[in-house]
Amino acid sequence: MTAIKAILVKLGDRWIFLAIAGAVYLIAAIFNANLLQAALLRFVALCVKILPVFVLVFALMFVCNFFLDAKKIMRFLGKESGAKGWWLSIAAGVLSSGPIYMWYPMLADLKGKGMKNCFIAAFLYARAVKIPLLPVMIYYFGLPFAVIINLYIILLSSINGLFVEKITKS
Amino acid sequence: MQNTYRPKIKDSFKKTLRAFGQFLPVVFGVLLLLAMIDAVVPKTFYAWVFSGNKLIDPLIGAMLGGIFAGSPVASYVFGGEFLAQGVSLVAVAAFILAWVTVGVVQLPAESLMLGKKFALARNGISFLMSIMIAILTVVTLSFL
Repeated sequence: MTAIKAILVKLGDRWIFLAIAGAVYLIAAIFNANLLQAALLRFVALCVKILPVFVLVFALMFVCNFFLDAKKIMRFLGKESGAKGWWLSIAAGVLSSGPIYMWYPMLADLKGKGMKNCFIAAFLYARAVKIPLLPVMIYYFGLPFAVIINLYIILLSSINGLFVEKITKS
Repeated sequence: MQNTYRPKIKDSFKKTLRAFGQFLPVVFGVLLLLAMIDAVVPKTFYAWVFSGNKLIDPLIGAMLGGIFAGSPVASYVFGGEFLAQGVSLVAVAAFILAWVTVGVVQLPAESLMLGKKFALARNGISFLMSIMIAILTVVTLSFL
C-alpha cells in the first residue's frame, strides 16, 4: 500500500489523471472492442485537429516567457492594472482560438507571475465569442441573435471575473 | 547583441518546454475522455432530454452544454437541430453558451493547472451566467 502511495506521489496528479483516462480505454478494450475502436479514431481526429493550436500555444508561451516577467505581468494584469487589465484579458479571450484546456498552462504560468484570478476568468469567459465561427452562428440562429449574445458575453465577462475573484479570495 | 539575447532565448525555450511537458498528460487525458464520450453518447440523446417546459429547458440546456464538450461548431449544429425540433431559443442559447464556457470533463485539468477553488467557482458562475445571458438575449431579441 505504501509502495503504491509512493508511486502515486512520485507520478503526480497529472499522470494519475492520464492513467484514469487510459483505464477507461482498458475497460472498453475488455468489454467492447468496437467502442474502443470508435473512441480511438475520434481521439486521433481530435489530436490532428488541435495540432495547430498546440504550436500556437507553444509559440505564445515562448513569447510570453521571453518578453514578460513578473513585474510586467503585475503592471498589465496584476493588482494595479485597473481597466487596462479587463480590456486586455477580454480582448485576448475573444481573439484566442482552440480548446479551453490548451490555454490552462499559459494561464497557470501567468498566474504564477501575478495575473489576477478575475482576469483569468474574464479571459476564459470571453473565449465564448468565436469570431471565425460567426458565419455559422448567423446561419443557424440569425444575425440579431449572434450580435446580441456576443455583446452580452463581452460585457458580462468582467462580471464573471469579479465573482470568481470574490469567491477565490474568500 | 546576438550574444545578449541567446541566453534569454535558451532560457525562455527551456521554461516553455518544461511548462508544456507538464500539461501534456492533462491534455491527452482530456482528449481521451472527450473522444470516449463522443463515441458513447448517441447524437439523438441531446434532443430527447428536453422536456418542453420553458423554465426547466434552459437549465437542462446549460447542464447538457456543461457536461458534453467538443468543437463549438458542433454546439451550433446541435442547437440548430434542437430549434428545428421545437426546443426553445432560451434553452438552445444556454446550451451553446455552457458548451464553450463550462467544462465538467475538463474540470480535473482546470483544477490541476489553476487551482480547485478557482475551477469550481469559475465553472459554477459560468453555468449560472449561461442561463442568465440566454434569458437576456431572448428578452432583448423580443424588443427588436
